[in-house]
Amino acid sequence: MPQFPFHRTRRSFLAGTAAGAALSVLAFQARAQAAKEVPLAEYTPEYLSPAEYAFVMAATARLIPSEGDGPGALDARVPVFIDRQLAGDFGIAADLYMEGPFNPEADPNLGTQTALPPAEIYRQGIPAFDIWCADTQGGLFADLDTDAQDIALTALSNGEVGLSADLREFWSLLLQNTKEGYFCDPQYGGNAGMESWVYIGFPGARGNFDDWVGRQEVYPLGPVNIAGERA
Amino acid sequence: MARTDPKKDVVIIGLGWTGSILGMELAQEGLEILALERGPDRETVPDFEYPKVIDELKYGIRLGFMQKPKKSTLTIRRTLDEVAQPYRRLGSFLPGDGVGGAGIHWNGQTWRPLEIELRLKSYVEETFGAATIPDGMTIQDWGVNYDEMEPYFDRFEYMAGIAGKAGNIKGEIQAGGNPFEAPRSRDFPMPPMKQGVDAQMFAKTASALGLHPFPRPSANATQSYVNEYGMQLGPCNYCGFCERYGCANYSKSSPQTCILDALKRMPNFSYKVNSEVLKIELAEDGKTATGVTYFDEAAQEEVFQPADLVIVAAYSLHNVHLMLLSGIGEPWDPVQQTGTTGKNYSYQMNGATSLFFKDVEFNPFAAAGSNGISIDDYAISQIDFAKEGFIGGSYITAGISNGQPIRGISLPEGTPSWGASWKQGIGDWYGHAMSIGSHGSNMAYRDCYLDLDPTYTDPHGRSLMRMTFNWKDNDIRMTQFMRSKIEPIAEAMQPDSWQSSYKAEGAQYDVRPYQTTHNVGGAIMGTDPKTSSLNRYLQAWGQHNVFVMGASAFPQNIQYNPTGMVGALAYWAADAIRNDYLPNPRPLV
Ligand SMILES: Cc1cc2nc3c(=O)[nH]c(=O)nc-3n(C[C@H](O)[C@H](O)[C@H](O)COP(=O)(O)OP(=O)(O)OC[C@H]3O[C@@H](n4cnc5c(N)ncnc54)[C@H](O)[C@@H]3O)c2cc1C
Ligand code: SF4
Repeated sequence: MPQFPFHRTRRSFLAGTAAGAALSVLAFQARAQAAKEVPLAEYTPEYLSPAEYAFVMAATARLIPSEGDGPGALDARVPVFIDRQLAGDFGIAADLYMEGPFNPEADPNLGTQTALPPAEIYRQGIPAFDIWCADTQGGLFADLDTDAQDIALTALSNGEVGLSADLREFWSLLLQNTKEGYFCDPQYGGNAGMESWVYIGFPGARGNFDDWVGRQEVYPLGPVNIAGERA
Repeated sequence: MARTDPKKDVVIIGLGWTGSILGMELAQEGLEILALERGPDRETVPDFEYPKVIDELKYGIRLGFMQKPKKSTLTIRRTLDEVAQPYRRLGSFLPGDGVGGAGIHWNGQTWRPLEIELRLKSYVEETFGAATIPDGMTIQDWGVNYDEMEPYFDRFEYMAGIAGKAGNIKGEIQAGGNPFEAPRSRDFPMPPMKQGVDAQMFAKTASALGLHPFPRPSANATQSYVNEYGMQLGPCNYCGFCERYGCANYSKSSPQTCILDALKRMPNFSYKVNSEVLKIELAEDGKTATGVTYFDEAAQEEVFQPADLVIVAAYSLHNVHLMLLSGIGEPWDPVQQTGTTGKNYSYQMNGATSLFFKDVEFNPFAAAGSNGISIDDYAISQIDFAKEGFIGGSYITAGISNGQPIRGISLPEGTPSWGASWKQGIGDWYGHAMSIGSHGSNMAYRDCYLDLDPTYTDPHGRSLMRMTFNWKDNDIRMTQFMRSKIEPIAEAMQPDSWQSSYKAEGAQYDVRPYQTTHNVGGAIMGTDPKTSSLNRYLQAWGQHNVFVMGASAFPQNIQYNPTGMVGALAYWAADAIRNDYLPNPRPLV
């Protein structure tokens, strides 16, 4: 194992060493792998309707855009992840306490109090938000230009789009689920090719770093997933 | 229709840390024991097997090993006049479920309280005067003292295989350990863990500032180890998936790695899973328990299980819930200040400062649940309460416990939480941040307590428990004091930037973000049946054949993680039952 000098960033390390070249090859393989999946535009959602899917595609593309370093939400196939989560136990609130009476207007510090499970929050939240987008930005969210989409998402994040108390969690679910889909194990449909892990330098499911504790060096290995594949 | 099963000598409610300890200790007496666990069975193989347990979404985020609110939860309010709302989704605390309880997915930071913490009220009165205790604060002494508990701390630490460095052996201060800790009879069974870059940097600065850094005691093994029950641990490999996960590596001390296989070999011990105890049944005169009623999920029926001795080991919150449902003790009335069950619920007051170093590689994924470097210079015993205007203290630690990205990447203040700048931020800062955290005491108050909710019920039709809890000025002053001590250390470490997060004046309890699963009190131990639920042996004052384990016995919270004390109390109670109670069953006090 080569000894890397302390105080060098991952970026400069990647640029400057043979191992960096090796890592770029790995990243290339990861992309090749992801390309084998159905293109996002041709994916048939399990839960989301076509219009809802179009919204999730458009919204996640702004929450984690493709421009700049690192993959965007669409590169990571976050919409597929969100669709599968909403189709499953998460979407139906299988683990949550869902007995009434419900007081969705209770102080937010007391936690979620809506009667709606997450899948239903998306189902009702998307059209409600779209009405706001149409009224103030002149079109459905998915049809807006990216600047208008960013304005709309900012308003949504600030609770300024007039959603009912039952839908209060729509924004936090959307953002949280987007980040989950970006960083999850690829078995769940997101983090395609482990590129999100490659980007930040998280080695995934290696599960043994005994030799690396306390070493002031860049960790040289790329990620593996639970299925045992390398990026 | 309830089925009635043949009588057992002992029934144990819950098979987590305390249920397993009591199971083993009482099985050694030859008693017929049945443990009832509400959740599923769990073993290292297959449940914690590599690689499938290294799944952040399933276990770290969707909380696969924890209690499901659908089946079991409580309601929460901050004040006596607020309407409590159900804790519908887990957030602030994460109770365990299934064999091993929270003992499978804890971090393993294993501390002893300070001598004075066990006699806190007396200490404050003697040292600073009774007037130091503000109105509404209901702190008490525990009814046991440190010296009599010492052998039981030692027993738990050697059973669980704790790694650390003693700071005080029989009064002699040991270099490299915690000089402020209470005296130990001997060193830890294993040497301390390796430390991350963050902890090493913190240690260096803390030493330079004249503070006393030492390795945090851990239930993550550093060597091969065989305990008194013949159970084996192997050295931790710093997998970075510790807290919230079962250990794939037989390295984290848990009921599974330290007790259960040995216990299951005892012919007089048996256990049933998917068997939630609904109620502890009392004799007509209410002075003893006759057994428990539980729901047998496989048979889909209620079962009455008679027993001579009932061990309540269901985790602090569920212990209190069962007592409230079963009529064990009078419920605490926060207005009249009468009764005891549910009294003095308290929590943990924590805060942290995050530091960003663009040129340091912290490799946060190379981490374990408990490694880290702590200082105890601002412990409860080191602070002049009269001068500072609060009662309490904290230990302070730098120790990254994981680098799991969904659970959050620390970003410098002002970085947006989404969009292009967020993405740039995670690329720039993942692996370049560390934190210095304070882990502090929380006092008990008249209006922080547990009772039954008037509205909401569980799937068995039982009232949910209601928690009334909020942050109080005393504890906010304590955590702000810690902030004033930590920030200069952070600055001395010369990060590119740093930012603090401590509860400030007016802070309201928020159930959403994870804080700690250190819920304590509600079935407190003490010397007087009028002011405590349990006597000093964890025996219910009113029902001598009911013993209640767990942190529900804490009269207020200590500044440390609870399980060192919980384990010691379990051994202490087991000893009293074996040597004093069984030969002559009666109230021991
Ligand atoms: C994420 C996390 C991190 C933690 N980290 C630390 C740490 O670093 N240091 C520390 O000191 N402590 C820590 N703890 C706390 C520690 O896990 C507990 O203190 C310890 O497990 C308590 O032991 P117990 O026997 O009281 O409860 P548990 O070990 O939780 O066991 C209780 C068992 O009872 C069962 N049960 C509940 N109700 C019923 C019923 N009605 N019928 C039948 N069975 C029932 C439960 O399913 C469970 O299996 C942590 C906890 C969590 C969740
Ligand atoms: S960090 Fe160590 S003790 Fe914790 S789960 Fe991983 S191997 Fe086990």
